[in-house]
Amino acid sequence: MIELSAITKSFNSGKPNQFTAVDNVTLVVNPQQITVLKGPSGSGKTSLLALIGCMARPTSGRIFLRGVAAAVPFQQEGMESVEITSLPERFLNDIRRSTFGFIFQQFNLVKGITVLENVMLPAYPTGERRSDFRVRALALLEQFSLSRHAGQRIELLSGGELQRVAIARALINNPSIIIADEPTAHLDSKLSQEFMAIVGRLKGEGKSVLIASHDPIVFDSPLIDRIVEMRDGSVVNSRSCR
Amino acid sequence: MILQPAVLALLLIALLVSGMGMYAGYYGIRISGAWAPASGSELQLELERRTYLVSTVMSYILSFELMSLFLFIYTAEELHTLFAGAMCAAGTLAVNSFGYPTLLLKIVNFLLAGVWLIVNYVDNKGYDYPLIRVKYELLNLVVPLLVLESVLLCAYFAGVKPDIITSCCGSLFSSESGSYSGDLASLPHLPMQIAFFSGMAITTASGLFFYVKVRAGYLFSIATASTFLISAASIISFICLYIYELPTHHCPFCLLQKEYGYIGYVLYATLFCGAVAGIGVGVLMPFRKVGSLVRVLPAIQRRLALVTLLCYLLFTAIVVWKMAFSALKLG
Amino acid sequence: MKRSLERHLNILEFTLASLLRRRGKNLSLLAMYLLVVFILASLLFFVAALKREAAIILNDAPDMIVQRLMAGRQDLVPVRYAAEIAQIRGVAAVRPRYWGYYYDTLNGANYTIMASDDPALPPESAAIGSGVAKARNLKVGDLLPLTSYNRAPVMLEIHSIFSSSADLIAADTILMPPADFQKLFNFPNSQATDLAVSVRNPQELPTVAAKIASQYPDSRPILKREIQRTYQSIFDWRGGMTLMVLTSALLSFIIFAWDKGTGLSAEERKEIGILKSIGWETSDVLLLKFWEGIVISLTAFLLGVVLAYGHVFFLSAPLFAQALKGWSVLYPSFQLVPVVDLYQITVLFFLTVVPYTAATIIPCWRAATIDPDTAMRY
Repeated sequence: MIELSAITKSFNSGKPNQFTAVDNVTLVVNPQQITVLKGPSGSGKTSLLALIGCMARPTSGRIFLRGVAAAVPFQQEGMESVEITSLPERFLNDIRRSTFGFIFQQFNLVKGITVLENVMLPAYPTGERRSDFRVRALALLEQFSLSRHAGQRIELLSGGELQRVAIARALINNPSIIIADEPTAHLDSKLSQEFMAIVGRLKGEGKSVLIASHDPIVFDSPLIDRIVEMRDGSVVNSRSCR
Repeated sequence: MILQPAVLALLLIALLVSGMGMYAGYYGIRISGAWAPASGSELQLELERRTYLVSTVMSYILSFELMSLFLFIYTAEELHTLFAGAMCAAGTLAVNSFGYPTLLLKIVNFLLAGVWLIVNYVDNKGYDYPLIRVKYELLNLVVPLLVLESVLLCAYFAGVKPDIITSCCGSLFSSESGSYSGDLASLPHLPMQIAFFSGMAITTASGLFFYVKVRAGYLFSIATASTFLISAASIISFICLYIYELPTHHCPFCLLQKEYGYIGYVLYATLFCGAVAGIGVGVLMPFRKVGSLVRVLPAIQRRLALVTLLCYLLFTAIVVWKMAFSALKLG
Repeated sequence: MKRSLERHLNILEFTLASLLRRRGKNLSLLAMYLLVVFILASLLFFVAALKREAAIILNDAPDMIVQRLMAGRQDLVPVRYAAEIAQIRGVAAVRPRYWGYYYDTLNGANYTIMASDDPALPPESAAIGSGVAKARNLKVGDLLPLTSYNRAPVMLEIHSIFSSSADLIAADTILMPPADFQKLFNFPNSQATDLAVSVRNPQELPTVAAKIASQYPDSRPILKREIQRTYQSIFDWRGGMTLMVLTSALLSFIIFAWDKGTGLSAEERKEIGILKSIGWETSDVLLLKFWEGIVISLTAFLLGVVLAYGHVFFLSAPLFAQALKGWSVLYPSFQLVPVVDLYQITVLFFLTVVPYTAATIIPCWRAATIDPDTAMRY
């Protein structure tokens, strides 16, 4: 479970062009559910995802992660929640690597290297043996019917295949939470449906999924457990779909 | 002033190291001034990013210091032919009064930079930057020394004048009178041998005790530091005699020569490494109770103690081996 | 421990792949780097080889030379000094030496002419250095025509030609019997160019020299050790001066490296952004950049050293020969004995790799601290 309490993120503070991307958000994201952040572009969805995903630190407020303590090496025994807002980058990063998998709007795959290498990339700095995570990466490619593309460069892949490579990469370190930022923005309806089907499967495997989107295929999907509506950096409405 | 490629290289390094040191020191002061770990303000994020820069700069400084220490000795060795009466590096360093202070400061700075990196490593293991202030206070101690070292180095090379033939006469009679024999005062070897072996024994015993029980770290650290000094004196007093197999040659630099199988590099490397790790154990002692370090610190200290033990044992093993198989027997 | 090794290996592997991927950009950097290493390495090798060559030759030189000064200039020494100096305690032998220079109008070269009382050298014959042989196209048995002080021809038969092992100093030498030497220069009979003094115990050299200097106030004793020192510092000085001139090249390279490091291409920035967004930490990217620097540095360094070795020892350093040897026109064709020691390599490392590394620290850190969430904002 992720608990946000009075989270604010502002940029250029103290300067005339100060701008508050996330404004005093308090929110709970439940485990093993699909939560959608819904709102127009510029409403602070992406910034909020970055904060939850330990990519950036809030200017003020606190974020607690519960039930992931086992994955955090330095944590004291018996504590099941981690307060991540004041952690130094290297610790945030440890949590991020082991807890979160990211899927980006532009897929953000590295050009010039193969599909397999792209999928393995998040595992490089973990210190795991290459041969170990290579096996895992091949299994993921198999699962997403990408095996025959494993040795190809990503430039040669179609949009739907790129999408699946990006999902495979998000899963390589076996995270418990998947974060997706506008995942269907560059997909046609059929591929978007397919994406939602994959998300449903991930939920079935016990993963939590957090999606920022303003695509009706996403937020009208019957798989969704919870919708959080955002506008101008604030949560305007949060409702359960069940 | 001698214009030789190696001298230019040393001056260049000195310039780089003190420049980098001052740069790191400047950010050190800024960081320790405005540090607020709980805050997510942009200033704090910027400072946290700077800490990476400072640690990177310091690790480069450490490696540059180590390499330039040996280059400095080697260059002194190479230059001895330029001075009437200088037989090896010892004589070159005695050419003016800045030679030995520069060398000493280089060693001190290497040790300090090593200790700093140990503190930095430990600080990075704690999730709340537990040692950040200690670290940057230590940095502000190291930086002036780095700058001073560069100044001394420049002064040393600026004051060095080779004895060469001048147009009016052979320079012989004006200069050969002042000969740079550079004989290092050596301590009597029997008491030094006793001191050396008991120092090593105490360090080993306290090190093993510390490794097993994780207690009495200060004792171990002090023993390591004293043994470092005793060993350095012992090299001059008796160890080098066994290696050179000459009863009167006390030079600590000729050990680095090819004739002696470069054994000096192994001896000095083990000694310096052991000293840095052992002193590090003591420097870390006050922080065992710091919340975020309680779980990690003892393990790190034990590892450091192990490094010291292994280095010192290797050093002792080489010394014993050389003493046992040397053609020279001291009474 | 094991994990951190695996981390290094994984990141190193990615580094190599990235370097190959951006071949164009990295090759231009590598070429610049290589050039700097090559020039500096050639210079260092060349100066060291010259120093060694000179040292070898000086080894055969007499322990002490006594010259005479007249009005502040070197003058001929009366031969009777030799007998008197031989009486000083500790002196083993005193040998008067006869030598001088000869300007060859045919090719504008200066030869060193020495009188040799070697009985193997018959009258009206000469032993010559390989430089002379080449310049005048001579072989053993040929006649070498010289012009004496009063324009009278002196013909000498070539008795032998020195082997090329001691070319640096002997290449321009012509050895001839004393009688021919006298004929060539009209050399005064009771005088010598200088005296070579040998001493039984080398420790007594300074004492003997002091005695000679006080007995003959017009004499100038010079020790071999002093000559060695002088040669060494002259070579060092020349090498150092050239290095100073090259510093500008080194400097511009460092600025270039800085610029390369700072001016990350948009694509590279994006890639680092992606790496950070998928879980790479600042220190991981720093490590990536560190390995990148190591790979580039070592490649440029090793290649540069190998090329410089070929340039100096196989091609005789055409780029520097004129500037650094510069004694006589006879020297273009002498081969240096290949010798490189670890010390020179270390100095070279300090002059090239260390400044490069230092110049890239800040640009690397800048690259490594790109915010991970920038990847979400494209």
